[in-house]
Amino acid sequence: MTGLDLALSATGTLAVLGGLLAVTTRQVVHSALWLIVALLGVAGTLLVLGAELVSLVLVLVYVGAVVVLVLFALMLTRAPIGPDRAHAIGWVRQVGAAGVGAAVSVLLLVVLVPMAGGVPGRQIAVVVTDSTDVGRELFTTWVWPFEGLSVLLLVSLIAALAISRVGQGGRGSS
Amino acid sequence: MIHLLIPYAVAALLVGLGLFGVVSRRNTVLVLIGIELILSGGLVLLVTSGLASGVGGDGHGRWAAASVVPLFIITIAAAEVVLALAIILALFRTRGSIDMDARLDAVSDSPPPPSQPGEAATEGAKAGGER
Repeated sequence: MTGLDLALSATGTLAVLGGLLAVTTRQVVHSALWLIVALLGVAGTLLVLGAELVSLVLVLVYVGAVVVLVLFALMLTRAPIGPDRAHAIGWVRQVGAAGVGAAVSVLLLVVLVPMAGGVPGRQIAVVVTDSTDVGRELFTTWVWPFEGLSVLLLVSLIAALAISRVGQGGRGSS
Repeated sequence: MIHLLIPYAVAALLVGLGLFGVVSRRNTVLVLIGIELILSGGLVLLVTSGLASGVGGDGHGRWAAASVVPLFIITIAAAEVVLALAIILALFRTRGSIDMDARLDAVSDSPPPPSQPGEAATEGAKAGGER
């Protein structure tokens, strides 16, 4: 175990524990708040893996924007403060869902563990990705996908506006 | 030096947890949280694969793909979340419920949502109408 291994284990544990609490808690607002913990854990994992830019963008976009959007949606759909009893599910479905999740995890591990070279695992050196390189590649090799993404964002913005007018009846726009 | 097994295990567990959330939640907004977890597991897997493949000789992957493709995925996920939340809000306004188990044709035999803004909300998530 090197120091980087320890850091990776700590951030990975944070991500998995935050994710576990985010999907199991009965309080809907706590679920969104645990998602922040899980995403910060993922961002730490990416930072240890050397992808600085991706890690920082993850914090900016996911923790900064997406979680705030989710919290807004919870408020606008009148989520209850406290345990959400209106949307409780039976234990059969809970066990079934846990089975599906565990099966997918095991399936992925069966594929990924041999790729990592067995259980002790193969060791690789961490190379910190230079943000200058990423920027140069983004605006040379990847420039057309990048422009396509900006069009996608514009289209989704307009589509969200159009969708949110559905069901407002004759009352006009808000 | 890191062991490759750790990030791979984190990615697999995050995807499994996210799928558990998608299957087990009835509140539509909470299903989105499961989807976010699945996507973050994919991000970890992409970055780790780029590090492990070492194509290009310097560990960055060819064309810095191990950093650029996760950036694209984050952007697409943000667009997806915006659209999903718009759909959820439209659903809540027309049907008064964001329950995944609700019947699809329930809008025809349920009373129409209150049309006056500020009308008293009923208990829980059953109230429709203006936000």
